[in-house]
Amino acid sequence: MGSNGIKDRVAIIGMGCTRFTEHWDKGVDDLLLDVTGETFASAGVTKDDVDAYWLGTAQSGMSGLTLAKPLRLGDKPVTRVENYCATGSEALRQAAYAVASGAYDIAMAVGVEKVKDSGYQGLNAFPIPNDGTQRTLTAAAMFSMVAPAYARRYGVSDGEMRTVLARIASKNHANGAVNPRAQFRKEMSVERLCAMPAVAGGLSVFDCAGVADGAAAAIVVRAEDAHRYTDKPLLIKALSLVVGDGSGLMDPAYDYTTFPEVAASARDAYAQAGITSPAGELAMAEVHDCFTPTELVLLEDLELAERGSAWKQVLAGAFDRDGELPVNPDGGLKSFGHPVGASGLRMMFEAWLQLRGEAPAERRISTYGSRSLALTHNLGGYPGEMLSFVSILGTA
Amino acid sequence: MRGILAWGGYLPHRRLDRRAIPALTGTGGGAGRRTVASYDEDATTLGVAAAAYALQDAPAEPRALWFATTDPPYADKTNATALHAALRLDRAVPAYDAVGSVRSAVGALRAAFDAAVPVLVVAADLRGGLPGGPDEAAGGDGAAALLIGADTDGPLLAEIVGSSSLTEEFLDRWRAPGEGASRLWEERFGEARYTELGTEALKLALEAAGIGPEDVGSLVVAGLHGRAARAVAARSGVPADRIADPLAATVGNVGAAQPALLLSRELEETPDPGRIIVLVVLSDGADVLVLRTTQALAGHRPTRPLAGQLDTGAAVGYGTYLAWRGLLPVEPPRRPEPARPSSSAAHRNRDWKFGFVGSRADDGMLRLPPSPLDGTAVPMSGTTGTIVTFTVDRLAYSPSPPVVFAVIDFDGGGRLPMELTDVDVDEVRIGGRVEPTFRRLFTADGVHNYFWKARPVRAPEREA
Repeated sequence: MGSNGIKDRVAIIGMGCTRFTEHWDKGVDDLLLDVTGETFASAGVTKDDVDAYWLGTAQSGMSGLTLAKPLRLGDKPVTRVENYCATGSEALRQAAYAVASGAYDIAMAVGVEKVKDSGYQGLNAFPIPNDGTQRTLTAAAMFSMVAPAYARRYGVSDGEMRTVLARIASKNHANGAVNPRAQFRKEMSVERLCAMPAVAGGLSVFDCAGVADGAAAAIVVRAEDAHRYTDKPLLIKALSLVVGDGSGLMDPAYDYTTFPEVAASARDAYAQAGITSPAGELAMAEVHDCFTPTELVLLEDLELAERGSAWKQVLAGAFDRDGELPVNPDGGLKSFGHPVGASGLRMMFEAWLQLRGEAPAERRISTYGSRSLALTHNLGGYPGEMLSFVSILGTA
Repeated sequence: MRGILAWGGYLPHRRLDRRAIPALTGTGGGAGRRTVASYDEDATTLGVAAAAYALQDAPAEPRALWFATTDPPYADKTNATALHAALRLDRAVPAYDAVGSVRSAVGALRAAFDAAVPVLVVAADLRGGLPGGPDEAAGGDGAAALLIGADTDGPLLAEIVGSSSLTEEFLDRWRAPGEGASRLWEERFGEARYTELGTEALKLALEAAGIGPEDVGSLVVAGLHGRAARAVAARSGVPADRIADPLAATVGNVGAAQPALLLSRELEETPDPGRIIVLVVLSDGADVLVLRTTQALAGHRPTRPLAGQLDTGAAVGYGTYLAWRGLLPVEPPRRPEPARPSSSAAHRNRDWKFGFVGSRADDGMLRLPPSPLDGTAVPMSGTTGTIVTFTVDRLAYSPSPPVVFAVIDFDGGGRLPMELTDVDVDEVRIGGRVEPTFRRLFTADGVHNYFWKARPVRAPEREA
């Protein structure tokens, strides 16, 4: 891996996140004004203090004007970025590298998505003119193929697998239930989740991420400047992006039980951050649980569980908020909702709250006070044709 | 000497039990079953299937392609060019439509017998009518292809030994372009005209061949007027046990495809050498072709016989049939309708989109779709594969949900996630064998989006 990393050279000094929900009464401009206002206040700066902006949105607007117009930014460099579901993380990555380079002193990453104006359920990609031979399968169906493949490889029965996936959804619902910013605020029992009708492979709608509007943002400076703004900065330990070449879809050796792009980005991130035992060192992880089987496989690809063992640890509660390594303590995509361009920054927002002790007691992670590192992970695309982003953030 | 070098017949997988019709409409129906094209099939895709079967067994490459149908997916734009692309014929092989009536099909066939090069004549039709009407019940969907050439092109399976043609203008049935159902004049009028024309044309053709009705081994009478066809056969002087079964009980009248389909069926059913097969086609006149089977026919075994296809097939409900034909508007999936495919992108990628051609790199990896970095083109349309894993998508857009999708590993290398078709959800299994099939995925803005799906290899259809 050719990345040198920017460990401890850049710090997040302020963050914000709207509630993720069906914002029928808010458009992109409203969401952007809400989230940037909260973030400026968090960092104690104004829009004029920020030297450069990166806006992540998958398909809610084009160009930097999408941010510059509602905020009335005066002649600032504003860049719109898009990288599938890692779009928000990509915005932060660009902003962090910009301040690390010295080109700017203060940069802001904003992620936003307005998905509920399409008139259809789910996420609907804007069609790029093509030859008509592209797959028309939904993401849910593509990821549904992971569950039986995993079950076969590791000898998990269909019934056990159904329970494991429901256990993941139930955990994330329980976390979302106590999080006022989450889309779904209701606990769901494993029994209820197992009884839901299948819509894609063996997956029910409750195995799928919530579809919500929302925005999240962060302001970054070089680490040596962080204490001018806050006593509790969040240091960037690692940023890794790996984009596959899509060959998994065409490769007869690919078996749908792992996402090699994710494993590669995890290895890169751990190397940048100097982490050798992720499960033993991380205080929490926010992973891209777009579908419940995705979270299961991610636990192994991110080295939070041994190959073939994640399903047992899920059942044992290892990744619950009060477990050994809380995963998706804010509710995850499943329960917090998934406005594509905002999700990566939303994950970092949870690390910002939890590691700095700002998460209220009723939803504080078990590791608070004993560990100081968080992992956030985004993926975009499908099994076999994927990109993956991993960040490591820390307070120490 | 010219004759038939190869044939292929294709029957779609679905069958409608005619008894299901009056249960809904209160009228119509009848006994037996008719074939039904899937929602993703049209005359072009049916034609591709039949033509591919014919070419599998062909001793020579076609040097011209004629495509006949009464139900062309496009007007103004040639439909035969999609067949040409799917069959990966050389660009110097001309491809033409002969559309409009059953007569177009026999016209193309006559032209092929008169030509100087091997000619592939493909005829395909989807026949129907208004719900509960006689055309709906009597009709069928299917396709047949005949490769016509000279004995210098390869062994002839049957030689042409005589023909005749009578043309006459009269109105028996008609349909304005775009209408879904034909209208008919009083049946007795057409019966009278066709019986006279058919009888006379048959006499002329037998005279031309220098034989009498007692020499005929099999008499095939095709045409949309069923009573007239029976009357011509009854008056022909050919013994009743030599009158070919019109497949009314199992297929229905497949319109423009009926002449070649019934002829193929006769060649396949009784491959005895030296047998006289006479084809009479009643359509705005009468055309007769007299053929004599050869020694080569006795040793010819079609790769995809019709017999296997007649024996297989799965039921389709009448409601589903009506929905597929656009006669019963059903609630669409609540997903965005797909955008029309880009014409220029489709043209650039035509080898992939129409021909299902992948690529192989120096390292041996087969890529689907092909990569511009790879040197070797690899046609995949005739390659079978195995289902590695699959999923049923009840959320994705489809003209007939749910979408069944499978990851296919092709024999000899190459993997592609493909939509399955002609399959019921509960019969899909890992390890199942499938083959590529050319289909119409959807139509948007009047543009038919053709591409390849996969369908189960059904053992009885395909001989080892």
